[in-house]
Formats: sequence, structure tokens, C-alpha cells
Amino acid sequence: MSIINVLLSAFRALQRNKMRSFLTMLGIIIGVGAVIAMLAIGQGAQYSVQQQISALGTNVLMVFPGSQQAGGIKMGAGTMTNLTEDDALAVGRECPSVAYVSPGARSGGQVIAGNLNWATSIEGTSADYLEIRKWKVEYGDFYTDQDIKAAAKVCVLGATVADNLFPGGDAVDQNVRIRNVPFKVIGVLERKGQNAMGQDQDDNILAPYTTVLRRLSYTPNIRYILVSAISPGEIMNAQNQISELLRMRHKINSYDPDDFTIRNQTDLASAATATSTTMTILLASIASVSLLVGGIGIMNIMLVSVTERTREIGIRMSVGARERDILTQFLIEALVLSLVGGILGIIFGVSGSQAISGLAHWPTIITFFSILLSFGFSIAIGIFFGFYPARKASQLNPIDALRYE
Amino acid sequence: MVDSVKPSGHEVIRIENLVKTYMLGEVEVHALRGVSVTVAPGEFVAVMGASGSGKSTFMNILGCLDKPTKGSYYLEGIDVSKLTRDELAAIRNRKIGFVFQGFNLLSRTTALENAELPLFYSTVSPKLRKERAVNALNLVGLGERIHHHPNQLSGGQQQRVAIARSLVNDPSIILADEPTGNLDSRTSVEVMEIFQSLNAKGITIVLVTHEPDIAQYSKRHVIFKDGKIRSDRMNENQKNATEVLKTIPAIDEEVAAA
Repeated sequence: MSIINVLLSAFRALQRNKMRSFLTMLGIIIGVGAVIAMLAIGQGAQYSVQQQISALGTNVLMVFPGSQQAGGIKMGAGTMTNLTEDDALAVGRECPSVAYVSPGARSGGQVIAGNLNWATSIEGTSADYLEIRKWKVEYGDFYTDQDIKAAAKVCVLGATVADNLFPGGDAVDQNVRIRNVPFKVIGVLERKGQNAMGQDQDDNILAPYTTVLRRLSYTPNIRYILVSAISPGEIMNAQNQISELLRMRHKINSYDPDDFTIRNQTDLASAATATSTTMTILLASIASVSLLVGGIGIMNIMLVSVTERTREIGIRMSVGARERDILTQFLIEALVLSLVGGILGIIFGVSGSQAISGLAHWPTIITFFSILLSFGFSIAIGIFFGFYPARKASQLNPIDALRYE
Repeated sequence: MVDSVKPSGHEVIRIENLVKTYMLGEVEVHALRGVSVTVAPGEFVAVMGASGSGKSTFMNILGCLDKPTKGSYYLEGIDVSKLTRDELAAIRNRKIGFVFQGFNLLSRTTALENAELPLFYSTVSPKLRKERAVNALNLVGLGERIHHHPNQLSGGQQQRVAIARSLVNDPSIILADEPTGNLDSRTSVEVMEIFQSLNAKGITIVLVTHEPDIAQYSKRHVIFKDGKIRSDRMNENQKNATEVLKTIPAIDEEVAAA
């Protein structure tokens, strides 16, 4: 029997009991819809958690110089001065898992604007610093690569500094003097508040690192390299690539320890991601229980159908249907039920999750994968639960089947 | 009758010493106790006997729906008593046409599709399939009603669809199991008329019936009793159904069907 005929007769057989077929399908529709909607909610939650965490800078790595050692006494991380601007630029150029790099210079001191003054720290950064820290400029602009190249005497104030030096606002385009070096204020940062340690992150001034190195700290060596990986998942790769590159650049023998330290904050990120992954899996597995129940519904109806149509099976066998023909016929019917149910379930799931995100304002993400997964699952359920009734039908004895009343 | 043991190409059916024993719970039922018979091409055999005589069991084995316990059965020279289920299905598909007492048509399926059914399980193209089914339906006089469903047809018409279905695969033999059992006397004769005309075209027919009247339309009578053949003789005075029909007053079949 050709596949088209089998499909046609399957559709016709299901059409004969429209209500029953629909109710059977409903199990699959709800199951598939629920899996898609739950995955969409879970992944939406995961995405927003990831967004919030990466705003904390979790895909950020910091490279510090190693410990200086004097006669067996180690001075602690950052005491060596062997990280150069070129190291930082090389990291940005040669590590594929690295998105942005900012060489870090640091200085500090009294900052004077008119008759007001404030003691704060000055961070020398590249133009990519805001990208790495997920920070924004509230007023004005940030400095550009040109400013970095030219070691321009421009700066961007943290919100706390701006409050103290320019209480009336209007800090942009004003001049400040940092340790008697005049800087032009080109922007004010968005307020970020305290960090996890309780430090005020808005109490600092950002300036091109070239300017800080040449005008304020008078050293060619940078304090640290701030790096962001292209995604939180790439942090380990980025770390390995940086380590390898710096060892090569610093000509460290394979048996010697690093002369630098790389730090990351992945613990926080992975804990949060793991939580939301667990939640997604939980939601999806609850939903797949309903898909499973839908599958049992298919099996139930197919068993009823085989019993009802015993005579038909007998007739088909008497005119030459083989076991395989009967098996295929009933398997295809179960498959059509789950297939049509799966398609309707996708529509139901997609519109359902859009309704959820519209009404409850939850973020939902429908991925192609989740559609494919639930659809594939529903087909697998159709085959799995359709097989037993189909096999039962194909094993009937033709004489008994023909005589069945 | 049975002299030669060798299977011969001249016979449609050669059955030798067929035994069938059922287990009905603890009790052994000997349905057939050594039956031997041959059927030549073009024969029209009526198998008769009281219920329990073994004729239905014989028919099931003849139709490759059941396997004998002992003995051999050659259908056109093929020993079908040793075939698997699927091989038997293929034999039923190509060599045997069934007509049942209860018509056994697929409900909610048109006469045409019912007649086509055996061809779905063979390798006939859809075009040829329809052509052959239409031809078969024309042959039994249902050319006008090919798109009717069984519940729109009278009993006689339904049986004609079943006969068309049995013909469509061009089988070696048509097996009819009480084909007139559910029909009134005039319609029964009409069905026998069809069988006679098919037989006249050279088609071999084996008919099971317990009605001596119906058996009169066949050429040969095989009578079963207690699982054995009691008598096997040619029917000297075969009735002609067409002639008989002229003597029966016509009842409006359409009214009877409604």
C-alpha cells in the first residue's frame, strides 16, 4: 500500500470520529503547547537573569601583574610592574574570545573645580571601558580612540564627583584640575551605586589611560588589564587565551609560574544561570508529563479503535493485507493524531507564551530548538504509544477477526 | 478419486489427507479427519454439509486463512500448507477471491474503493487499479453505483460489490462462504446467476452452502459429514439461474432494500 493511500485512509478513519480524534489530539496539543510555553518562560527568565548579571560585569576578567619577590619575600599581587600597554593591546588583538580590552592606569589626588575640591581616584581606561562595565554616560560624551591616541586631557566624572564639584549640575564642558593638570569634563556617568563590597562606584573620574600614564602617574606600566569575554560562557576560553599569550610575551618557561594573575567573577554568574536552568528544566519536565499523558490518551483511543475495527482488519487481511500493512495503517493513524496535535500545539504554545508575556509582562523567548524539541517529542510519543495497538491489530488471526461481532 | 500423489499443473486445488484438530480448552476437536480432493480449472463446486461437518474449517484452509494440522494443500502447484503468515497473505491477495455471507464490505467506503481494496495491497498503479475495479463492478452489473456506500445499497447489491472485489485481482479461484445466507430467495438466485456467468467465463468457483436449492446451480457437489467427505459427485441436472429467474415474480428490489 503506497504511503499516500495509507495517509489518506488514516485521515479518513480519524475523520469518522471527529470529536474523539479531536479530544485525543487535545492531550498532545496541550502537552506540546505547555512544553513550548514553559520553555519560553524559562528561557525568558534565564535571559533576563543573565542580562542582570552581566550588567554586574560577570563576563569581565581582570589581569593583574604578579607578585614582586625580593629575597624570598613575596609582595603580593599587583606589586610587579611588568604589564604594558602593548600587552593589553595584544590581548585585544589576538585572543578570539575577548570582546573588549581596557588597559587600566590609576592615579588619585585632589581634584579642584572653581572653589570646590574633592579627593578621589582617577581611572585611566580605553574608550571601550563603558562596554566592559555595561555603564552609560548620563550627560555629555565619553572619550574616543582619538582622545586615547592623542592623550587628550579630557575626563568623565562619576556621579558622586560631579555632585561634589558641580552641585548645580552643568559639569559638562567645565574644567577641573587634577593634581594641577587641567582636564576638560566631557561627560558625567550614570549613577551606579554601591558595589557588592559597599564601595561607592560613582566616586571616581575616568580619563584616557594614555593621559593618566603620561600626565599623572609618569610610568609606562599599567596597573591592570580589564577584559570582557564575548559571552559569559567564553570566560574560561578567554582566560586561557590571555594566559597563553602573556606567558609567550613575557617569555616565561613552561615550568615557571605566571608573572600575572587573572581574576574573574564567574561563580556568581554560574550560580545564577544554574538556578534559572534548573527552573527551566523543572517547568519543561512538568509540561512534558502532560505530553506523556496525551500519549497515553492516544494509546487508549487506538486500542479502542483496533477493537472496534477488528472486522475491518479481518477483511483487509482476507484480501491480502500483510502484518506490516496493518501495522503501518494503525501506526500512521496514531502518528497523524500526534502530528496534527503537535502542529496545533505549536500554534497554541507560541500564542500562549505571547499572551503570557503580553498580560503578565514576563519575558518569554521561543526558540526554534524548543519548537523542534516538543514537536519531535510528540512524534516520538505517537510512534511509541501507537506501536502497541498497531502491533496488536497486526497480530490478529484473520478468521477470528472476520467473525468478530 | 485420488489416484495420483504427485501435484499436477492441471489442477487448481489438490488437497491430500487434510487433518485439522483444534484444542477447545481441554477437549480436542477433530474438525477434519483426512480430506482429499482435487479441483480442476473451470469447475463450480458446492461444498455442503450440516453445521459441524467441517465444511467451514475446510473453507478456511482452502482460503489460506488457516493452516492444516496435517496433510498437504497445493494451490496451482504451490504447497501452501507450509507458508508463513505473510506468504499466505500474498497468496490470498493474488490467487483467491473471497465472498462472505455477511458481505464484509468496509462501511463508509464507496463500492469502487471496496472493490479496489485487494489492489491496494498489490503493486498495481492507481490508474489501473481504478480501471480494473470499474470493470469488475460493471461485470456484476453495478456500473451505475460505483460511488455508493454500502449502507446505500441493498443486500444483493452489497454482495455484488463483494463479488467484484473478489474478481478484481484476477484470482485462480473464488471462494464463496454461504454467499446467499443473508439474501431473500430471488436475490439469491440473482447472485447465483452472476456466479454461473463468471463460471461460464472459465473462473473456478468453490461455494459453501447448506441450502440444497443453491447447490443445484453448481456443477459438482462435495458433501461433508463428521470431518470427512461423504460423497463427491457431479451434479447431473445443473439448474440455470437465468431460466429460474424468469419463473420467479420480480419483487421491486429498491423497495425491499429501503
